[in-house]
Amino acid sequence: MINPGAKLAENIFDKPDMASTREGFGKGVVEAGNADERVVVLTADLAESTNAHHFQEAFPERFVQVGVAEQNLATVAAGMANYGKIPFITSYAAFNPGRNWEQIRTTIALNDVPVIVNGMHAGVSVGPDGATHQALEDIAMMRALPNFTVISACDSEEGRKATIAAAKLGKPVYMRWGREKSPIMTTAETPFEIGKAIEFWRGEKPQVAIIGTGSLVHNALLAARELEKEISVVVLNVHTIKPLDERKLVELARECGAVVTVEEHQVHGGLGGAIAELLAREQPTPMEFVGMQDKFGQSGTAAELIDHYGMGAKSIIEAIKKVSARKSK
Amino acid sequence: MTITDEEVKQIEARALEIRKTIIEMLAEAKSGHTAGPLGMADIFAALYFHVMKHDPKNPAWEERDRLILSNGHITPVRYSTMAHAGYFPVEECLTLRKFGSRLQGHPERDMLPGVETTSGPLGSGLSQASGYALAARMDGKKFRIFCLTSDGEQEEGNTWEGAMFAAKYRLTNLLQVMDRNNIQIDGNTEDIMPLEPLADKYRAFNWHVIEVDGHNIQQFVEACDEAKSIKEKPTLILAHTTPGKGVPSIENDYRWHGNPPGKGPTDKIAADKQKEVFLQELEANKL
Repeated sequence: MINPGAKLAENIFDKPDMASTREGFGKGVVEAGNADERVVVLTADLAESTNAHHFQEAFPERFVQVGVAEQNLATVAAGMANYGKIPFITSYAAFNPGRNWEQIRTTIALNDVPVIVNGMHAGVSVGPDGATHQALEDIAMMRALPNFTVISACDSEEGRKATIAAAKLGKPVYMRWGREKSPIMTTAETPFEIGKAIEFWRGEKPQVAIIGTGSLVHNALLAARELEKEISVVVLNVHTIKPLDERKLVELARECGAVVTVEEHQVHGGLGGAIAELLAREQPTPMEFVGMQDKFGQSGTAAELIDHYGMGAKSIIEAIKKVSARKSK
Repeated sequence: MTITDEEVKQIEARALEIRKTIIEMLAEAKSGHTAGPLGMADIFAALYFHVMKHDPKNPAWEERDRLILSNGHITPVRYSTMAHAGYFPVEECLTLRKFGSRLQGHPERDMLPGVETTSGPLGSGLSQASGYALAARMDGKKFRIFCLTSDGEQEEGNTWEGAMFAAKYRLTNLLQVMDRNNIQIDGNTEDIMPLEPLADKYRAFNWHVIEVDGHNIQQFVEACDEAKSIKEKPTLILAHTTPGKGVPSIENDYRWHGNPPGKGPTDKIAADKQKEVFLQELEANKL
């Protein structure tokens, strides 16, 4: 059943309110700007679709338009952070960090300056734009960088909180955002702390831990509910992929004895990879990986693509059954 | 800011000491770049001993002028100049590129006070300096940002993104000093990837361009002054320099771009021996 401590929305299964996670960024960054005048926002010709335009309207003098130049986006921000500002840089994840990764590595990560890199339109759910714009490698790229914190919010409300928290961190942060409207699972009362994973669902004597990130956590919940009478599970929302909530993850793996990871990202190097590295070291556990299976996406609707590439509730259920069967052998 | 003949002589004497230390540290490291650092010694001496507002005893002084070195591989000239200016003991220069040293092969911001940013990968300094300049202007700061670039890194797209950005925001507190020494690792710039007409390119990008002889202290200082009076555009000082300056046997030879004494392109000679030869050449050819 839903974990009451998570204070989730009551309509989470019944026509939930919908918003894209990037909308949470748009709100959160204005709040962060109100709280701290060092906050500045930069964009590379994508003010509206990144939702940076809300900040632009609120604080025009602290908004910087760099044009279609993602390398410039990262390096101008590095200079501003080096001076003492807290820059949020915004573009599509395919280009930021896709195109400007070396600049991020050298001038933000190695310099260790507090730039918050925002990669929008991550995952196949970008939809009709097709494979060129569907970033599926960004978590791997960013979690490999020392000094970086990596966050992937499950909904707009969690994204809003994460944005405010990132501005206060004083370190480089990567935040990953989705384009499509997705269910709002959390509420203003849902606890949020960078680095702290939170259980959304817990069955009795759970047999499998479903560890998810981003808006696919909702599909994990749908799968958990559907399997309720058959296989008892826990659904853990991991919004912070780096640093991982290691203690919680190891405990959960020990308790359940089987793990399914769920992410809208390549299965190589993303959330699943991070969890596997941890568990191989601390608590070897059978695992299944729901995500992109080493492929590029294509044009289509978000729902079609999520289903086609095996990231829907049905695929999560299959993975749960599979890992459960492996465990009993 | 004017400069007297006497002051010019003093800076030239500083540049000679800076060059000697460059040779010594590279010979000791047995690794690193020789031509670029020697070529920029006069400009670094002029910046640290005359042009820039800074305090070696207080590298974090908020009102200091900032020197963003974009082409990090010439960092031996920066380390040597900083040491001679009093940031750290000159002897520490001999730790260049060694394990545990603050003097990393390419400079790192967190390692050595006074190094403003991490650099080495080319083409990202001008944008960083531009961001720095814009942020400083937002807060009404009066200090200047000097961005030192190489000619080779003008081949990087990021450089021109930065050039457009600086012009758009009319960053008059930003001064780019480009080391136009005509060489890069694989050859002469005009063979590898022609850059000319560089001055016209920057003018077309809405920059104010001043060309100087990069070994003429007076010209360089005057250009830094002139830049202060330009109110609508960022300024580029296009400094024509001689790579390897001061050591005639290696001057203008691109093969000395990326090699230290003892690892030259032609003669097989021990680092220590070649160091002595270079030091003698420096003394014999001092300005």
